[in-house]
Amino acid sequence: MDSALTTPHTHEAHAHEHEHISLPQHRHHFETEEQQREAGSFGMWLFLLTEIMFFGGMFFAYLLYRNWYYPAFAAASNQLNVPMGATNTVILISSGFFMALGVWASEVRKKKTLVIMLLLTTIFGCAFLGVKYFEYKEKYELHHIPGNNFSIAMFVNPQNYPQYPDTYAEKPLAPDMAQKTQIFFFLYFAMTGMHALHMIIGIGLLVWLIIRAQRGDFTNGYVAPIENFGLYWHFVDIVWLFLFPLLYLINRHPLH
Amino acid sequence: MSATSIVSLPDQSTATMPKRHYINNEHGLLSWLLTADHKRIAILYLISITFFFFIGGAFAGLIRLELLTPQSDLVAADTYNKFFTMHGIVMIFLFLVPSVPATLGNFLIPIMLGAKDLAFPKINLLSWYLYMIGGTLTLAALVLGGVDTGWTFTTPLSTHYLNTHVVTAATAIFVAGFSSIFTGLNFIVTIHRMRAPGMTWFRMPLFVWSHYAASLLMVLGTPVLAIAIVLVALERLIGIGVFDPTKGGDPLLFQHLFWFYSHPAVYIMILPGMGVISEVISTFSRKRVFGYSAVAFSSVAIALFGFFVWEHHMFIMGVSNYSALVFSLLTMLVAVPSAIKVFNWAFTLQKGSITFETPMLYAFAFIGLFTIGGLTGVFLGALGMDIHLTETYFIVAHFHYVMVGGMLMAFLAGIHFWWPKMTGRMYPESLSKLSAVTSFIGFNLTFMPQFILGYLGMPRRYASYPAEFQVLNVLSTAGATVLGVGFMLPLLYLGWSLKYGAIAGANPWQATGLEWQIQSPPLTENFIETPIMDHEAYDYEWLENKTKHEVTTVG
Repeated sequence: MDSALTTPHTHEAHAHEHEHISLPQHRHHFETEEQQREAGSFGMWLFLLTEIMFFGGMFFAYLLYRNWYYPAFAAASNQLNVPMGATNTVILISSGFFMALGVWASEVRKKKTLVIMLLLTTIFGCAFLGVKYFEYKEKYELHHIPGNNFSIAMFVNPQNYPQYPDTYAEKPLAPDMAQKTQIFFFLYFAMTGMHALHMIIGIGLLVWLIIRAQRGDFTNGYVAPIENFGLYWHFVDIVWLFLFPLLYLINRHPLH
Repeated sequence: MSATSIVSLPDQSTATMPKRHYINNEHGLLSWLLTADHKRIAILYLISITFFFFIGGAFAGLIRLELLTPQSDLVAADTYNKFFTMHGIVMIFLFLVPSVPATLGNFLIPIMLGAKDLAFPKINLLSWYLYMIGGTLTLAALVLGGVDTGWTFTTPLSTHYLNTHVVTAATAIFVAGFSSIFTGLNFIVTIHRMRAPGMTWFRMPLFVWSHYAASLLMVLGTPVLAIAIVLVALERLIGIGVFDPTKGGDPLLFQHLFWFYSHPAVYIMILPGMGVISEVISTFSRKRVFGYSAVAFSSVAIALFGFFVWEHHMFIMGVSNYSALVFSLLTMLVAVPSAIKVFNWAFTLQKGSITFETPMLYAFAFIGLFTIGGLTGVFLGALGMDIHLTETYFIVAHFHYVMVGGMLMAFLAGIHFWWPKMTGRMYPESLSKLSAVTSFIGFNLTFMPQFILGYLGMPRRYASYPAEFQVLNVLSTAGATVLGVGFMLPLLYLGWSLKYGAIAGANPWQATGLEWQIQSPPLTENFIETPIMDHEAYDYEWLENKTKHEVTTVG
């Protein structure tokens, strides 16, 4: 999406030059730069709206199944690693903070600050994915990835898992309810996986933005790509802010 | 708009082809495949959707041929299932959804607003490529052996009981869906941000209003289809059980997600067609559309109500009686804005100077057939009736009255109406009138018997049927043959007109839209100067004054 907004227009004939062109990034079919910037930002907001609807389908499935299979959801949720999830929440919010500073740096035309902020955004984004990797690995070892290798042993016989205190303290689930933990884990992987996919795409875009920021493309008054990418990045943050409590914090009772 | 800012051509008898226009601006295949010009992308779309229309039409022909006799004798039942699935997928996702928006909408919306292009030209091109990838994948699924889920991908049939190329077809629809999202997004931003000075919301042609409403549906609905399709694919590939009752999943959840898009999708298909009809009716009765703002708002109302009726596809699937009652009432509500449109078109015709050019014939066909299709929709929305009629040919007939009788007629009305603008040449009038009449007769002969068949209880999606239904089925197949001829004719004479058609001139219909005030075919940049909109839409007095005082400059 960003490339269409930012790449200068070369191959089309400029039939009519405008008086107010000052930026090479001004596209011929916009009357003014302001119109271009507004259109780009409006387009990004609309795109985020489609993203909300896309995630919305999964949130709807979550709502339905959580109501139907609450015990399974609570038990499976207790098995998720809250410290790791909480750490990731802090990491992602920090990443968003640096992104916001990046937009500011671009607006006040500080090239060096912009590049540093974008780098920090990227590093924190990668850190998030790193933590996620260890979380997924743990699920793999416990056979909690839906599919043929999925095992409900931990929820039927929690007393066999003293090394997982949260699960150990749980009452065992009846096997047919324990079977429903697979739906929880499917939703967990589908939602966090889709979120992680958005992060990976975002990090790819960040690398491209950093290279261009280093060239000084975004500190000459042309803020739109940084601003629009910022919107995308904050959106990805916000999705996580919903995912964390909904997936990790169902019926937690730490004082037991 | 000052008269001198417009390259205008004199009347048709002395018209000449402009020397420079968007078609001859650049040459070679690459100049088309890499173009960012909305007009060229519209032409790319027009060629592609025509191709897929005839693929989908071929399957319709095969279906009708099989149904000529009560036994399943032309093909086996499994093959028949693949035929109607392919017919549905191709016609809905590759023809009806992009038909008017991606071709006429793409071509006309920027010009109607006085803009040089859509807001994001490259995303527009990307959307065509996504469409082509989706189309290719659909063809791949077909060549590899076909899909037999029906276009609705009903679970758990699609996830557990079939061994055909469901994932390939699902991927195709997923990708084509993004093409539709990008088109809608582009239209909304363009309509909000790219209007020329003086082009207020209530001076926009109704064509633009109806595309705005359809775009809202594309942007809000399609992502939900995308996620539903992803879940079906995951369910098939990994067996996670989200729609599998044996693992605690709920097949009805898929229905909710699927119809949350696929019901609004029928408004994505019909709304742009309604926009075409408003333009055509006004032009050929030489009157401002009666109740302009009511028609404009009714488009938005259809889009809004359209999101709250999806459960009427699921009345017999075990939903609660109370929610069925609510959805039944909401379904009836959609009839209100639809009726507002039909009545306003009728009042536009009243005391107008009506002429019967081909687009107008198609528009009349639209009004009649859409009204029948819409009213039978109210039958189906009524709970008690639906239990009797659902999954019969009554549904098939209802849907085709709206989609073929409505949308396809509107598409052909629009193609004929703007053909002079797109190509600079006229189509042959008498031949095209013949094809309009042929399609109308063929259409009614095909689908009217199906209403009766459905009422008598013939279920849809079967290759065989009891012998007592044969007479009506033979009538329907005969009608389909006539209809096929009616659709082949335009392909032939429109192709012919590209070279031999009379030169059209800028404004052969004496219509008021901005697109008719520039040369045909338009320049790549559409307008030499940004136009200033200083009059209301459909202001025929303004046009008369302008023509009288204009010093014409031949471009």
